[in-house]
Amino acid sequence: MQLGDNISFAFPEIWLAISAMALLMIGVFIDSKYHRFISFGAIFSIFVALFLVNFGTASENASLFNGAFVTDGFGQFSKSVIYVAAIFAIILSDRFMERERLARFEYPVLILLSVLGMSLMVASTDLISVYMGIELQSLALYILATFNRDSRRSTEAGLKYFVLGALSSGLMLYGMSLIYGFTGATTFEAIAAGADEANRIGLIFGMVFLISGLSFKVSAAPFHMWTPDVYEGSPTPVTAFFAAAPKFAAMAIFARVLVEAFPAATDALSDWQQVIVLVSILSMVVGAFSAIAQKNIKRLMAYSSIGHMGYALMGLAAGTSQGISSVLVYMTIYLIMTIGTFACILMMRRPEGMAENISDLSGLSQTRPGLAIMFSALMFSLAGIPIFLGFFAKLYVFMAAVNAGLFVLVVVGALSSVIATYYYLRVVKIIWMDEPAPEFERDAGPGVKGVAILSTVLIVAGIVVIMPFLNIAAEAAAATLF
Amino acid sequence: MTFAGIAFWAFAISTVTFGLLVILARNPVHSVLCLITTFISVAGLFVLMGAEYLAFLLIIVYVGAVAVLFLFVVMMLDVDFAELKSGFAEYLPYGVIVGVVLLVNIGLVVAAWQLPTDPQLAQPYLTGAEMTANLEGPNNAEALGMVLYTDYIHYFQIAGMVLLVAMIGAIILTFRERKGIKKQNPGDQAARKREDAVEVVSVQTGKGI
Repeated sequence: MQLGDNISFAFPEIWLAISAMALLMIGVFIDSKYHRFISFGAIFSIFVALFLVNFGTASENASLFNGAFVTDGFGQFSKSVIYVAAIFAIILSDRFMERERLARFEYPVLILLSVLGMSLMVASTDLISVYMGIELQSLALYILATFNRDSRRSTEAGLKYFVLGALSSGLMLYGMSLIYGFTGATTFEAIAAGADEANRIGLIFGMVFLISGLSFKVSAAPFHMWTPDVYEGSPTPVTAFFAAAPKFAAMAIFARVLVEAFPAATDALSDWQQVIVLVSILSMVVGAFSAIAQKNIKRLMAYSSIGHMGYALMGLAAGTSQGISSVLVYMTIYLIMTIGTFACILMMRRPEGMAENISDLSGLSQTRPGLAIMFSALMFSLAGIPIFLGFFAKLYVFMAAVNAGLFVLVVVGALSSVIATYYYLRVVKIIWMDEPAPEFERDAGPGVKGVAILSTVLIVAGIVVIMPFLNIAAEAAAATLF
Repeated sequence: MTFAGIAFWAFAISTVTFGLLVILARNPVHSVLCLITTFISVAGLFVLMGAEYLAFLLIIVYVGAVAVLFLFVVMMLDVDFAELKSGFAEYLPYGVIVGVVLLVNIGLVVAAWQLPTDPQLAQPYLTGAEMTANLEGPNNAEALGMVLYTDYIHYFQIAGMVLLVAMIGAIILTFRERKGIKKQNPGDQAARKREDAVEVVSVQTGKGI
């Protein structure tokens, strides 16, 4: 295939790269009072990329650059979700960054670059491009975590994230080099073809290291240590972004690596299944128990995300087409819930600064009934209470796990879900039953309010609005991996 | 034993010895110096394997830039190493557990490792005759150049984007625009005309200005 033919399939990524560089140059040369337009430009260019992914040459199936990059239904679904999450993250940051004096034009540019990294990552079928994509997105995220460089907490968060991220990249690279050493290949297809009895132990060894590195990126236990500190220290809109798009991208490439490079056909399924089951159980338990004692709402969300990654991994552990489709459904719904929750957290502001303690929410129902209703709905949904969208997410992964015969996993999942309900409902109790705390300011801005209202509407009415459509799309996307 | 064989063993022994000294030396400056020696020895091993481009890269990038940077950091930063070591006993059990698990794992891999049966392939260095034969074909740099912009263009471009992000990050995190300092502005200096700076006044004798 000629280079020119290859390029037309990679148009969304090329567009993102060029627009990031163009916005960077524009940002350097225009006056600082026009820097808002860089944000609009970034949102526009992600919209264009979203269009290109779904309606251009990039929506056809192809494998390019010697198997380093593919366009298929799975990639198309993942990229679309990632782009939408990134757009919301930029919208959420608008007013916050101005108030905290962090409004700099590099912020949307870095988000664009990390979106580019995620986009390349979910579309890769080669270990080298997986690594390069992960590095590109993580490097941008480390910088975003440290964006408030004059705050000790923010720099600590960035440094911790960077050091631990580098360590996990090292583990992952070691695993990749072992896989390459034992199969002589870096493309997933060739790895699957090169697996035989003689090199099985070495291959498993490499695979376990690869899984460790990827578990770090999705913040699954026992590689979750960085999550609470980074969530707490980073500026809140950045945390909202962390919790959404990169998690989805990492989970998507997790699924693609395991299903394509270690398929059931080569008996590798049982090897990685037990590792994923263990990681999933640990994440659910850690998420459920550690969150109980939290006082800071951002730390609570961090432990909640660890728990949710455990449930998503439950679908992956099933290893079937149904399982992968349930992972995609779960992650998409988690994304809607988490972005909505962070939009609500961004509205928790008093004249003296951002309020981040759970106790600051007390009596919210009397001072801000609208916000109280949204917050409670989101908490119910995160807990997985029926009618709300979060319930269907859990339902699908449980169904997939039951069909794959993973009953222990399902029982642990159900139990930890009950425990997790306690801390979500505690927030609801504080909002509705405690004595009112001083009122929050009402100037969060139309963007943040709009995102909060939109995601609340989606999680309440989701069963009719998005569930039928999401389910079909996720099933079609997952089927392309098998 | 040929000359290449002797050189191989010399470099191999010095790599392992200085590698150990990096973690055993008490003085961090000595550690960094041992690290540099290790890099140079590894570069020698690369040359013996016919990978001369990699050897030079190692010397230029790792010895020339990275290790010297380490040396500066170690010498400039006032790190209290006694304090750093104070938690050692406390964390030792966890370290031992992780170490043992890793050791068992590595043992399993080594056990599964099959050495090539062909003695020609098992030899970790090139003999003199093989090296001469190697000179006939394209050299390392040419061979890399032939695939880097064709087969590996995708990775090459992503690496470029990674470096761009690193550059943006370094500027965001360290650059501060300071106000109230006297900076040189070459543009203004060049645009200045004689009339702005100097005024020719004809002074009449005995009057003053």
